[in-house]
Amino acid sequence: MSGIVKDKKYRNRQKIKDAFISSFIGLFAIVWMVPILWTFWTSLRPYDDIIQKGVFSRPDTLNLKNYADAYRLMNIWEYLSNSFIVAIPAVFLTLFFGSLLAFVVTRYSFKFNLYLLLLFTAGNLLPVQLVYAPLFKMYIWVGDLVGNRNILYDSYLGVILIHVALQVGFATFVMSSYMKTIPKEISESAMVDGASVFRHYWNVILPLLRPPLAALSVLMTTWIYNEFFWAIVLIKSDNKRPITSALGRLQGEFVTDFNLLAAGAIMAALPTLIIFFVLKRQFVSGLTLGSTKG
Amino acid sequence: MSQSATKIRTRRRRAFTRKDIFTLSLFLGVPTFLHLFWVWIPALATIGLSFTYWNGVHLSDIKWAGLANYNTVFTASPQFYDALLNNAYWLLWFTFIATPLGVLLAYQVDRAIRGHKVYESVYYIPVVLSLAIIGIIWRFMLGPAGLVQVLLGNPGIEDAIPIFGNYSINTYVILSIASWRHIGYIMLLYLAGLKSVDASLREAAVIDGATEWQTFRKIVLPAMAPVNTIIIVITVIESLRAFDLIYILYGTSTGWPILGMLVFVNIYGQAASMLGAAYAVILFLLSIIPIVFYLRTVFKEDIK
Repeated sequence: MSGIVKDKKYRNRQKIKDAFISSFIGLFAIVWMVPILWTFWTSLRPYDDIIQKGVFSRPDTLNLKNYADAYRLMNIWEYLSNSFIVAIPAVFLTLFFGSLLAFVVTRYSFKFNLYLLLLFTAGNLLPVQLVYAPLFKMYIWVGDLVGNRNILYDSYLGVILIHVALQVGFATFVMSSYMKTIPKEISESAMVDGASVFRHYWNVILPLLRPPLAALSVLMTTWIYNEFFWAIVLIKSDNKRPITSALGRLQGEFVTDFNLLAAGAIMAALPTLIIFFVLKRQFVSGLTLGSTKG
Repeated sequence: MSQSATKIRTRRRRAFTRKDIFTLSLFLGVPTFLHLFWVWIPALATIGLSFTYWNGVHLSDIKWAGLANYNTVFTASPQFYDALLNNAYWLLWFTFIATPLGVLLAYQVDRAIRGHKVYESVYYIPVVLSLAIIGIIWRFMLGPAGLVQVLLGNPGIEDAIPIFGNYSINTYVILSIASWRHIGYIMLLYLAGLKSVDASLREAAVIDGATEWQTFRKIVLPAMAPVNTIIIVITVIESLRAFDLIYILYGTSTGWPILGMLVFVNIYGQAASMLGAAYAVILFLLSIIPIVFYLRTVFKEDIK
């Protein structure tokens, strides 16, 4: 009897505590959103309105004019498409190479499998600054060698390849962890049937890899879209810049016209925000597969 | 006929045909070639170049320097110590403030407190934003005519007090901005791990009268040991890698120097100096420890 009373009391206390915790986290969630909401608010108001009446004034007009202007004056569309010209092939190649490696290291027991995995995973974690200078030189030399300086340097291809080279380790790691959960019997029957290595990969393994491929493609598209370092060091021409590095420049150019810049920043954020909200499940499972292994 | 067919089958199972060997070498060779030539060979080249004098133009100009670059870094570059200190602040802040907050947040969200689904998304939103965008967004908050300036009573563009240039507060400001993103990232990584903790363990602890805090400390944290290691390693690596946000906020002015930026300003552009390579190697040496820890944790079973 007294045990039940005690239990009830305890539960009530826990309920109060939980309500307190929840409102505390909720309060901070609002704080968390303020910077984005503020930027959004700024982007909806005309510049003159703020200058004349102050930032907190009640706006006379709220419209999307800043977006239209940003779109026109900042070439946002061009930069956005540059981002996708880099991100889509980079993600595709990363996943393709990653699936090849994951297939080989989990289905065939070569002695070097583990070393290969270690090499690729470690490479993925290296500081990019360690790689930058010789890679830059290499890009120029290869360009001079084939008689076209811009084949790798200041070209989409060069940026795509370094993304692939760095990220393939992570993709391999995630897919090989996933492959370990697929029973070996499936592969054995393929081998007994005399399927070639290619058929084994293409017809048996690749269809099974759909879940990690979906998760990784979402995760990596946002990573590469958001990537900044390679975009600033390997791209020189302004019209080839992805949106992230272009924003760095636009920030300097439109420094006083912050309503326009706000609109530009919101437009640049939209693709990843949309990807996140539409494909949240894939997003989360991509991180799960990578962080906890199996 | 049937006998020979079985024979071929068994042989195929044991050994590879020529075509298979070709396929396998392509499968392994192409990605490995790319990875070696794009990542490891340049990395090793940087290590080599850190022992030379070179302006980065003609190969024939490379001159052996021995440890001269390192000597300059350690004895004649006060910025190096500032950068080291800033990286250390970053690491300490992330380790003792941002990462634990992310972990606690994950724990509460996992307990399904009221509103946990909304919270999960809200706290994660900054993580999908590029640091370039984050830099701009926070300038709107803290820069001239920004929300914070208005709240501080300096609404006009001219009255704004400098925040990023104020050395007594800018470290905290920068680290808070970085945490805005880091906390959500850690939360989601940890949430993923928490899903695998046996719920009955926690229930048993609660029935035995353990408080929420005791349950977390004694049941959840130990069960999450491998994830904890990964989270700590990610925190260390992120702290060493810091670059984007500083570049957006300060450009190459090294107004708030960190190692990643010192590499960049010394090695980028026309006036390259292999001092930058020496900085890169120092950054690398500092990264080796967390990288090895990471590899040991995630490949534990395979290494055995």
